[in-house]
Amino acid sequence: MKSLLTLLSFAALGVAAAPAQMLINGAGSTFAAPLYTKWFSEYAKVDPSVRFNYQAIGSGGGKKQITSETVDFGGTDGPMSDAELAAAPRPLWHIPTAAGAVVVSYNIPGNPALKLDGPTLADIFLGKVTKWNDPEIAGQNSGVGLPNADIVVVHRSDGSGTTYIFTDYLSSVSAEWKAKVDKGTAVQWPAGLGGKGNAGVAGQIKQSTGAIGYVELAYAKENNLPFADIKNAAGAYITPSIESVVAALAGATIPDDFRFSMVNAPGDTAYPIAGATWMLVYQQQKDHDKGEKLVQFLKWAFTDGQKLASALAYAPLPDAVQARVLDRINQIKY
Amino acid sequence: MASLVESVPASALRSPGRRWPDGSFRLLAILAAATILALIVLVGWVLYIGSGDSIHKFGWRFLVSSQWDPVTEIYGALPFIYGTLLSSVIALVIAVPLGVATALFLTEMAPQWMRQPVVTVIEMLAAVPSVIFGLWGIFVMIPWLRDHLFQWLKSTLGWLPLFSGPVYGVSMLAGGIIVAIMILPIITSVSREILRSVPNLQREAAYALGATHWEVIRIAVLGYARRGIFGAAILGLGRALGETMAVTMVIGNRPEISRSLFAPGYTLASVVANEFTEASSPMYLSSLMEIGLVLLGLTILVNVLAQIMLRTLTGSGTRKVA
Repeated sequence: MKSLLTLLSFAALGVAAAPAQMLINGAGSTFAAPLYTKWFSEYAKVDPSVRFNYQAIGSGGGKKQITSETVDFGGTDGPMSDAELAAAPRPLWHIPTAAGAVVVSYNIPGNPALKLDGPTLADIFLGKVTKWNDPEIAGQNSGVGLPNADIVVVHRSDGSGTTYIFTDYLSSVSAEWKAKVDKGTAVQWPAGLGGKGNAGVAGQIKQSTGAIGYVELAYAKENNLPFADIKNAAGAYITPSIESVVAALAGATIPDDFRFSMVNAPGDTAYPIAGATWMLVYQQQKDHDKGEKLVQFLKWAFTDGQKLASALAYAPLPDAVQARVLDRINQIKY
Repeated sequence: MASLVESVPASALRSPGRRWPDGSFRLLAILAAATILALIVLVGWVLYIGSGDSIHKFGWRFLVSSQWDPVTEIYGALPFIYGTLLSSVIALVIAVPLGVATALFLTEMAPQWMRQPVVTVIEMLAAVPSVIFGLWGIFVMIPWLRDHLFQWLKSTLGWLPLFSGPVYGVSMLAGGIIVAIMILPIITSVSREILRSVPNLQREAAYALGATHWEVIRIAVLGYARRGIFGAAILGLGRALGETMAVTMVIGNRPEISRSLFAPGYTLASVVANEFTEASSPMYLSSLMEIGLVLLGLTILVNVLAQIMLRTLTGSGTRKVA
C-alpha cells in the first residue's frame, strides 16, 4: 500500500514536472487523415510546445463535432450546406487543404487501357449499359477487344467522401443521374454491389471478371489496379494523376467562402473526377492561446506543409489559391 | 435452564450481527441483476428518443417501406429486416445440425485422447475477431463459393427460385454461411455441456432395453437434452442477429428483397455500421437510430418467440422421455 502511494505521488510529480504541452483536438475526414497525421508529426519538430490529436471518424462526425465545439477544428470532404453552417454558434470557415482524384477501376480480361466519358459512366452506374461490348463503350475504344460479358457495378456501401465526389461528378454530366440519384456521401444506388471501404470495393473488382467501380487514386496506385482515362469538359481523355488534379484545381471557380466543387472543371489537362478536402475552423477562436497556435500551424501547413502533399498522392493547392487561403487564415481572430 | 440454552443460538442467528452478510449479499445480487435490466431499458430509451424525428415523419411506414434514399431523405427498413432474419435463419439451418453433430461426436463417440484438442480448436474459432472472418470471407470463401459451390447449386437446384439469377459470389447465402461459421463454436460448446450433463443412467437404461447405439443417442441422449440444445440454438441466433462486420463484407450491401439467395442483401446491423459515421443530417441520423431500435425490438421478439416455442416443445419432449 505504501509503495503504491509512493508510486502514485511520483506519477503526479512526473505529470507536474513535464513542460506544459498544449493539446489541439480535431476530428473528421478519413480521406485527409494520412496527410494531417504527416503534417502533425512534422510540425511537432517545428513547435514542440503543441500537440495535435486527430480522430479520423468521418466527415459527418467532423461536421457534428465542430458544430457542437467538442473539437478545435473539423475535417470534411464535402462542403457544409447553408443549413449546416447556420446551426454553428459562430461563423465557421472552410479552409481547403488539398485535393484528390477518384478513379474508375475495372477488371476485364487482359485489362486493356480504357477511355470513358461521363454519360457512359452514368449509364453504366444507372444499370442501363450492362455489357462490356455495348456500342456506347466500344465507340470510344476502337481497337480494344471488349468481351461480351456482363458489367458488375461495385460501389461503396459505407458513407464516404469518395462517393460524394463520384456522385457529384455523375450529377454534373448526366441529367438523368441528377434526377434519379443525385449526390451525397451515401445514395440510393440503382445498380450493383456494395463493398465496405476502398478495400472492399477493390477486393470485389479484383475478384469478379467484368467488374467496374471507383476508388481513391492513391489506393488504386498502391494496389496496381487498372484505371480508365476520363473525358473532361474540354473534350480530352485525361489519365488521373496529381498533375491533372492540380490542373483541375487551377481551372475550378473558387468562391470567397472556399466552398467549391471541382468536378468536370475546365482546362485542357484537368482530370474531371476530383474533389477537395477542408479543415473547418471558427473565425473567432474561443481560447486565445489555442487559437494562436492553430493559426501558426495553418500558416506552416500552407507554406512548408504543402510540399508534403504530393508524396502522399494528394494534389497541393496552386499558388494563387494558397495565397488566398493564407490571407483568410490571417483573418482568424483569437 | 434448558429453555435458555435453546434460545441462545437461535437469538444469535437472528441477531443483526450475524445477519448482515446475508442482507448485503442479497442487496448486491439484486443490484447486479437490476443493472442489466436498467442497461437494456436505457439503451432502448436512448434509441427511442434518438429516433423521434424518424418515427414522427414515417410512422409505421418505416417498417414496411423498401426505399432507403439518403439524398431525398426517405427511409424504410424492410429490406434490412428481411436480410437480418433470412441471413440468421440460413446460419441456424447450417450451424445447428453441424454443431449438435460435433457435440455428439465429442461426447458419445470420439476416443478420450481426441476430445480435448478438438474442443480447444473449436473454442479458438470463437476467439477469431469478426473482421478477420470478413477478410477471409472476401478473399478465400467468396471465390470458392462463386466458382464451385454456387455453380453446383445452380446446376442441380437452379429450377428453384431460391437458387436462380446471376452469381456474383457476395450474396445473402454467403452472409448466412459466414455467420454460420461464427456461431458454430457457441452452439457446439453449449450443446456439448448439455450432452455431458445427460446422466449415464439414461444411456444404460436404454442399452438394457436392447437399443442400438443410434437409438440410445436418439431416444436417451437427444430426447433428454433437447431443451438445452434448443437453448444453444437461441444463443447462436442472438449472436447471428447482431453480427455486423463479417456480414457486411460478404453480403453485397444492397437494400433489396430478392427471392434468390444468390442476390445481394443487407442487414440492420450492417447499415448502421456502414452509414453512421458520415450521416450528418438530423433525419438521416434519426432513421439510423430507428434501425437500431428495430434491431433491438427484433432481437427481443425473436427471443420471446423462441422461449414460447421452447415451452411447447419441452412439454411434448418430457412426455416422450417419460
